[in-house]
Amino acid sequence: MMYDKPITVSQLNAYIKNLFLCDDLLQNVMVRGEVSNFIHHSSGHMYFTLKDKDSKIRCVMFRSNNRYLKFNIENGMNVIISGNVSSYERDGQYQLYCNSIEPDGVGSLYLKFEQLKEKLSAQGYFDKEHKKKLPLLPKRIGVVTSPTGAVIRDIINVSTRRFYNINIILYPSKVQGEDAAKSIAEGINYFNNADLGVDVIIVGRGGGSIEELWPFNEEIVADAVYESKIPIVSAVGHETDFTICDFTADVRASTPSQAAEIVVPVYEDLKEKIYDYKISIINNLQNNIDNIKKLLMHLEKTIELLSPQNKIREYIQYIDNIDNKIIYLNKNKIKSYRNELMNYINKIDNANPAKILSRGYSAVYKDEDIIHSIHDLSKNDKVNVLLKDGSFNCLILDVMEGRVCQEEKRN
Amino acid sequence: MPGRKKELNFEEAMNRLKEISEQMENNDIGLEESMQLFKEGMELSKYCNQKLDEAERKINVLTKGADDKVKEEKFIPEEE
Repeated sequence: MMYDKPITVSQLNAYIKNLFLCDDLLQNVMVRGEVSNFIHHSSGHMYFTLKDKDSKIRCVMFRSNNRYLKFNIENGMNVIISGNVSSYERDGQYQLYCNSIEPDGVGSLYLKFEQLKEKLSAQGYFDKEHKKKLPLLPKRIGVVTSPTGAVIRDIINVSTRRFYNINIILYPSKVQGEDAAKSIAEGINYFNNADLGVDVIIVGRGGGSIEELWPFNEEIVADAVYESKIPIVSAVGHETDFTICDFTADVRASTPSQAAEIVVPVYEDLKEKIYDYKISIINNLQNNIDNIKKLLMHLEKTIELLSPQNKIREYIQYIDNIDNKIIYLNKNKIKSYRNELMNYINKIDNANPAKILSRGYSAVYKDEDIIHSIHDLSKNDKVNVLLKDGSFNCLILDVMEGRVCQEEKRN
Repeated sequence: MPGRKKELNFEEAMNRLKEISEQMENNDIGLEESMQLFKEGMELSKYCNQKLDEAERKINVLTKGADDKVKEEKFIPEEE
């Protein structure tokens, strides 16, 4: 260094820069702080300030590094930056050159997931109104997944079990790694554009780590799913895994097997349903005919009731009733007359003198007249006494006054 | 079968079948209408059954040939 001769600014800044480069510690630092003044320049480079409550440092992340970022940098975000500190000679400013940035606290993929989810949700990607209905009986099922592995096998097995004559067309795609998202999106687009008669799509893969499932969280896949005219069932990972693709799809299945269950109806169930409708229609027709028959019968009866014939019958019955009543009343009258008559006959009969004589009484006659009282008799009168079986003549010897036959009188 | 029904897909035919069976439950419909619905219903159930049975089993995979053209091939899943 030349102490006694002035140097240029450039020389000074070059010297200072060299100092940074010679410091091993500054070549590889990890710094924690909050992002502010974030600018993603059109050149692709990122510029921002990292700060804590007392201090700050300028940061830059070049395009070559920031294209590997798994999430979007936002102001206010707490991050951990790996990089090196050096100076920018032109401005004479030292800054932190970022190689990688991780969110401080949560995993970067998680953050990226949350960010994309929020973004797409705001764009209406997950709206219920946008969800399409699956066909009841798919003509052809397009499957976007790996041609190897359990997923396609499970889908074929489950589908076949439910409906043997199933029509499946597989678009073999990568399901993990760098090009997977693109490959999946291409598969969905292919089914939409090629005229293959596909009317429902299953897109999915088996379980795995969040990194392995990541392609299904990429925006390009979400776009393809969202824009698909064919309804899509998403089946990614296990029951507990939720991906952006799941949220965007028309139906989310917890597993590829379940996707097949959702998409493919059970043949026998449909057969039975058709049969049930048929039987119901036949029974209903029978019921309708029966009801109409009943109605007809009812009408017939009503008409008959109102017919003149019936009126005549009614009058005849009325007359018959009166007739019967008259006969009945007459019968009673005759009976009562007869009783009365019998009474008289009895009375007359009882009064028959012969009947009285037959009970042991006798009648006394004098000169053809019946004797009622002793006052009609005198001593030495000749009387004739009549009994039931003959008569005899008597000479009155004496006449005695007084009541002698009280009992007889009672009769 | 009337031409109109030929255009129905399976799902539409099933829905119409269901609709007919429900309509016929209504006691107020006349005999003539009832007979008409019955006829349509029988045709539809036959049609739906046909649709179910006319499907042909096909499991294919899309492959890219040497000429970069996509074609379909029979797909046989690899054994475990």
